[in-house]
Amino acid sequence: MSGTLRIVNGKVYDPVNGVDGEVREICIRDGKIVETVPDDAERIDAHGMVVLAGGVDMHCHIAGAKVNLARKFQPEDHRLDIHPKTPHTRSGTGGVVPSTFATGYRYATLGYTTAMEAAVPPLTARHVLEELDDTPIIDKGFYILLGNNVFLYKMLEEKRMDEFRQAVAWWLNASKSYTLKLVNPGSDEAWKGKKNTNIKNLDEKINAFDITPRQVIKAFIDVANDLGLPHPAHIHCNNLGHSGNYETTLGTMETAEGRRAHITHIQFHSYGGEVGKNPTSKAAEISDFINTHPNISADVGQVMFGKSTIMTGDAPLAWMLRNVTNKQKWVNADTECESGCGILPFSYQQHIYTHALQWAVGLELFLLAKDPWRMVLSTDHPNGGSFMSYPKLIKLLMDRGYRREQAALANQKAIMSTNLLDLEREYTMQEIAIITRAGPAKLLGLCDKGHLGIGADADVTVYDEIDDKEQMFSTARYVIKDGQVFIRNHEFCADHTGRLLHVEPEYDPSIANSLKPFFKDFYTIQFENYAVADKYLHNHQVIPTPHELN
Amino acid sequence: MPETMLLVPVRTSKQGTSLNAGKLKPEYQKITSTVEISLDDMERLELKAGDQIRLRARGREIVVSCQQQKPKSSTPGMMFIAYGPMSSELMDGDTAGTGMPPSKHIRVEIEGPI
Amino acid sequence: MSENTIVVENATCTFCGCVCDDMDLTVDLDEKRITKAKNACVLGRAWFSEHTIEDYPAALIDGKEASIDDAIEEAAQILVNARFPIIYGMSDTTCEAQRQVVAIADYIDGNVDTTTSVCHGPSGMAFQGVGESTASLGEIKNRADLVIYWGGNPAEAHPRHFIKYAVTPKGMYIPNGKKDRTVVMVDIRPTQSAPVADIFLQVNPGSDFEVLWALRALVKGKPIDTSIEQRTGISLEKLEDLANRMKSCQYGVLFFGMGLTMTRGRHFNSGALLALAADLNEYTHFVAKPVRGHGNVTGADNVVSWQTGFPFGVNFNRGYPRFNPGEFTTVDLLVRGEADAACIIASDPASNFPRQAIEHLKKIPVITFDPKPSITSKLARVAFTTATYGINTGGTVYRMDDVPIMLRPAFESPYPSDELLMKKIKDRVRELKQH
Repeated sequence: MSGTLRIVNGKVYDPVNGVDGEVREICIRDGKIVETVPDDAERIDAHGMVVLAGGVDMHCHIAGAKVNLARKFQPEDHRLDIHPKTPHTRSGTGGVVPSTFATGYRYATLGYTTAMEAAVPPLTARHVLEELDDTPIIDKGFYILLGNNVFLYKMLEEKRMDEFRQAVAWWLNASKSYTLKLVNPGSDEAWKGKKNTNIKNLDEKINAFDITPRQVIKAFIDVANDLGLPHPAHIHCNNLGHSGNYETTLGTMETAEGRRAHITHIQFHSYGGEVGKNPTSKAAEISDFINTHPNISADVGQVMFGKSTIMTGDAPLAWMLRNVTNKQKWVNADTECESGCGILPFSYQQHIYTHALQWAVGLELFLLAKDPWRMVLSTDHPNGGSFMSYPKLIKLLMDRGYRREQAALANQKAIMSTNLLDLEREYTMQEIAIITRAGPAKLLGLCDKGHLGIGADADVTVYDEIDDKEQMFSTARYVIKDGQVFIRNHEFCADHTGRLLHVEPEYDPSIANSLKPFFKDFYTIQFENYAVADKYLHNHQVIPTPHELN
Repeated sequence: MPETMLLVPVRTSKQGTSLNAGKLKPEYQKITSTVEISLDDMERLELKAGDQIRLRARGREIVVSCQQQKPKSSTPGMMFIAYGPMSSELMDGDTAGTGMPPSKHIRVEIEGPI
Repeated sequence: MSENTIVVENATCTFCGCVCDDMDLTVDLDEKRITKAKNACVLGRAWFSEHTIEDYPAALIDGKEASIDDAIEEAAQILVNARFPIIYGMSDTTCEAQRQVVAIADYIDGNVDTTTSVCHGPSGMAFQGVGESTASLGEIKNRADLVIYWGGNPAEAHPRHFIKYAVTPKGMYIPNGKKDRTVVMVDIRPTQSAPVADIFLQVNPGSDFEVLWALRALVKGKPIDTSIEQRTGISLEKLEDLANRMKSCQYGVLFFGMGLTMTRGRHFNSGALLALAADLNEYTHFVAKPVRGHGNVTGADNVVSWQTGFPFGVNFNRGYPRFNPGEFTTVDLLVRGEADAACIIASDPASNFPRQAIEHLKKIPVITFDPKPSITSKLARVAFTTATYGINTGGTVYRMDDVPIMLRPAFESPYPSDELLMKKIKDRVRELKQH
């Protein structure tokens, strides 16, 4: 994108470069932040406004087979939230699982310029790429589900570790993905193969395999580090949602043994109590561990009251929730040799003990985090709530009074069982910039995003500075992507398709000799047709491996 | 009282292969204008293989030729025809608000041989 | 046959929803024809051998040969000047083309609908009400020890379904192939598929709903009266046996077809089946799958869903997508005489729609896109001859289980692809709308 631009008079918050609310000029040329631009460059007067790097959502579900099933599944949700076309933008539908165009435009409206789809079976990577190509404005990438991959389990079981590593690298290349994802490792075999059972213990044997979830987790944490992936193994721990699961979470984090690992939507994994009884908060214990283990990062997975959709690779979880919520409509989708998926319409209600507890636990995790760079914002959209609720979440973090008001409306038994009301902390603007931009960009290894230093991608958001932070963050006045203005005075003035971000770690091509016979026997697609062709990449950027950590 | 039977349009292999050759070509036309009737029904109606019969439903009619069903899959009272312009001619346009016209189980009056 | 031949390996057949991607095609480049299709079934062989380059004009306006550019202009003018333009078909073309089609519908504030509305549309509607427990076909191959076909005849409509996916193949937990599986077939008559079944249940026409609902009751341990036999043609004893088999299998699958969607009850039938599959998960792992007809109807569902939020029957008259089967589905729009222009892509409604719909189609300007002349193209104001997807063009298609596969074309065609034509029409329509 060529063109020059100068943003003046705005208060800049750039935690990476130590700018904390000072009025600074931001200059843009050819899609990058630069030192200066000529006097005749376009000028945006940001007086009374706040200037941040574009937001980075490192965990959401916005594209691909399971998202599309969830979209098709809830027409009633779309009808409540229309998305008309404009001279510059396509029409769509909203609700908790918006159509692709609406997804991109709405992220941009919030001031987000990058989002990562968090769970994709590599068999359907082509589908994700097609949908992401129809998701406008934002840069994007996705994580592939390998944590229940049958071929890789065989390699682990037979201790063929070099082939394990080569195959993981091959899979990342073949799918054009960003990193590897584990979801409830070991559970697919129990769910599909053993009459809908589940894994409960990190050290139990996985059905039909002589390995345990702990061994699987360790192997993937190691390989992601060994390959130098910019973002490490991204882990949805076992026992999500169950009382007492914090022990599983601690056990999973310990398995990293000092190496980088990311625990996703950690709120859902921070409960005490006994199985079958009401959960309690173990946010403090989880927070302590993360505070004292700099190799571990997390995104919160905050629950927001209101409508959500459970959309997860954790099929047993969705089934369990279906059975406790009147056995309403439910989707299950198994993907051969790779993964599972469960989808359920859902809502979190303030008066329900468990929902109020979850809401409080998420906030506790934010407020107890000593290092906001490693406890970033997410709602596991749409599982904990829609990404459209991020502004409200920001207000809850920045405004203690508002937080207390909201807590008073929720189930008091749940709220009182946590330490939420004792936590006085209010997030500063700089800290919000960290948890919504700088932190996720850093955790993803995206050196040119999340900040406004020289050389950064010119993904810039300008918000009106308003006291009510929910109002402020719900609509950016200006959104600049790759140096071009797409939202001006709150209106779209152009359309654009962002870049696909992906990795290409090196691998030994002879791994195909191990993969081919497996494909022939157990897949139903030809090995030669499996890897995604370059034609699906469109506008793209390879993030180099091995990644140099700053 | 005219004789009525159930007409059930179905997909067949031959319909699929001739479709590829072209819907305007004679092979497809022939395959989609032949009904399979059970031996019992043919005897009762005094029909022999290759006879033309007229089928009527809702004020519309088609002329098709008949063929005997295989004894193993004999269904007295039900005739089968390969999907095509003939079967669609008799299909009701009322989808009952579903978008799907009632494409199978068309009750027809039979007249023949003609 | 000339000497100038190549072999295209791992090509994809798009005739039916099996979307087999293990075709080895021998292609005569001089004669521009496929002379051999190794691994294809009888339908696939016909698909490959019959789609040659025939001598039709690339474009016709009012039956007379015209240039492609003139035809594009005429088509764009028709669509932009209509008050209620509709677009229909789309299931025999690539996702890349389908994406352009939905864009056109958006820009013209029109209506877009796919052949799903007269195929598994009812199953899509049932899905929205009940959900679906489902799986990719490899899971069936690897795990399914109980395979039930309901209201379908794969031997004639999806010939390789048995051998490639669901009955004969050996799988990871099915080491002995068919011997490790029990196959059940439910239909109104024993079809060509019946010999494959271990158990055949003949159901009275139009009573599938009652059978499925009775099975739901039996699965949940509720009593059913013996009069069910008179009602449905299947005895209580046989139903109890089936319910028990379903509950006690290791991994069960229900495949279903037009026998459910096109008969009395339509989406209620599909819904009953999907609900039964969901219920069974309280006892074992059970999935269901609609068996899709055309090669890329699943792609059409996916594309329309991701771009609009709804799978078929989508209307943009108000500037945003709305969905209402019965209101915005094509048969109804034509029968009620609402559409005043129609764009038909890779489909032949004048052959397969009810008479009242066809009569209205004859009264309005129609634009068609098809590799071969059809009854619909004969009545079109503007008719394009297009390259055949998967044979002449590349692109993406989705198998019946939503697995996306890339096409490997065999030989070039002088005719333009659907995608190219759609893009040009889209661009022109946008220009016209902006003035």
